[in-house]
Amino acid sequence: MKWIERQRAFMDYTLSSLWRRKLRNLALLMVYTLVIFLLSSVIFFTDALRKEAAAVLEAGPEMIVQRTVGGRHSLIPVAYAERIERIRGASSVRPRLWGYYYHQASRTNYTILVPETFSGPDDTVQTGGGVLRTWGALWDGRMYFRTHDGNSLFLLPTSAMSDGADLVTADLILMSEPTFRKISGVPEGHATDLVVRVRNERERPTVAEKIVRELPDTRPILREEIARTYAAIFDWRAGYVVVLLGSAVLAFFIFAWDKATGLSAEEKTEIGILKGIGWDTSDVLMMKFWEGAVVSVSAFALGAITGYVHVYFASASLFEHALKGWSILYPKFTLRPQVSAYQLAVLFFLTVVPYTLLTVVPTWKVAVTDPDAVMRR
Amino acid sequence: MTVRRSTGFLVFLLGCVLVMGGLFVVHPLIGGEEYARGLERRRQLVRDLGLTDLCLFTEARYTRHLSQADLHSAFQDHPMALEHFPSGSLVLPPPHLLEGGP
Repeated sequence: MKWIERQRAFMDYTLSSLWRRKLRNLALLMVYTLVIFLLSSVIFFTDALRKEAAAVLEAGPEMIVQRTVGGRHSLIPVAYAERIERIRGASSVRPRLWGYYYHQASRTNYTILVPETFSGPDDTVQTGGGVLRTWGALWDGRMYFRTHDGNSLFLLPTSAMSDGADLVTADLILMSEPTFRKISGVPEGHATDLVVRVRNERERPTVAEKIVRELPDTRPILREEIARTYAAIFDWRAGYVVVLLGSAVLAFFIFAWDKATGLSAEEKTEIGILKGIGWDTSDVLMMKFWEGAVVSVSAFALGAITGYVHVYFASASLFEHALKGWSILYPKFTLRPQVSAYQLAVLFFLTVVPYTLLTVVPTWKVAVTDPDAVMRR
Repeated sequence: MTVRRSTGFLVFLLGCVLVMGGLFVVHPLIGGEEYARGLERRRQLVRDLGLTDLCLFTEARYTRHLSQADLHSAFQDHPMALEHFPSGSLVLPPPHLLEGGP
């Protein structure tokens, strides 16, 4: 009890001391909170996106086989499918037809795709959530397309894809195979790529090797590679966002170090007086420890709370511009709220611990000097 | 009777802990079922349509389908064409380059 009362007395003194220089300390608290807010937003956002990508794309194709010509993706002859089917381990092969369509009026890129079974007539399309939002004017309720040979094609949007699926389907336009070939110019007998099913998960790399041996101009992409691509993109420790943020955090610590090492004459006198009236070095250090802890714990709590609100209530609107880049179409999505103890521990050790140490070390230098010398200076 | 400053700070801290508990622990539980249904819908679409990528960066074809892009998409337009789309700067080089391997 005595120990707790002693610490509370230190805290009382520290808070009064902070309040005496309230403008400076409030400014520091704001900057510190902002740094933690940005860092926590990045950690929460990238982690939620990474988990979403892993959960959603787990259901994707097991293997895609592309054909490359001159190092670039090229159309694949459908006849390749038969040769792959003969490889032991490959249970089925399906040609996939998809491509991009640039709509002049809205200056937007859309993904056009032929599903395995398209139920509507040839002059209809199914659209993703963002398509009609960005497409612009319709002609008599129909969407205007320009085919690969320059002709006009008017297609009726029949139904939109289900709600809440923007993150995977926002820019998709589904159509029948003949319509796709008319628009894209992909000739009969060719497809964009092939989807290969391999039942045994452990056989996939072997099947991929066999495909490359059999068809040297192809490039198989495994589902695991797709998952790794997304895991790498949304890894907060490696993303370029953190490199940029790192400089902001570094700037903040330089600022904090500067503030702490350049103890003002007033603060030095205060330490001298405290030592003069009987405080020993450990008491002064404890007082400074509380000063650092009060500021950093407050900033940590406020920064983490605002970061969470930003990502999960405001859909990370500050990052939207960075993610959107030059694109017109941006999906509307909500991420599953989740915060792990690991994320909070990372945040805590990246911010609170270094700051508290930074404020204690320079004080120790002053606190160990003779009080008389400190007060005379 | 005046309130001790430390009491005020501890109350503030307790408030923060309660808000954090509400946000980090209770909030994720609310609407969990609806999210699970949404996720299943998205997975079903991915399965049915054979989708490979998230629709996050629609500005260029190699950022729209990151996992399907050519390995040298930054130079795709002509040999001196460097990456010029903003999302390209958010995407890392392939892991083997970062590891310094061949």
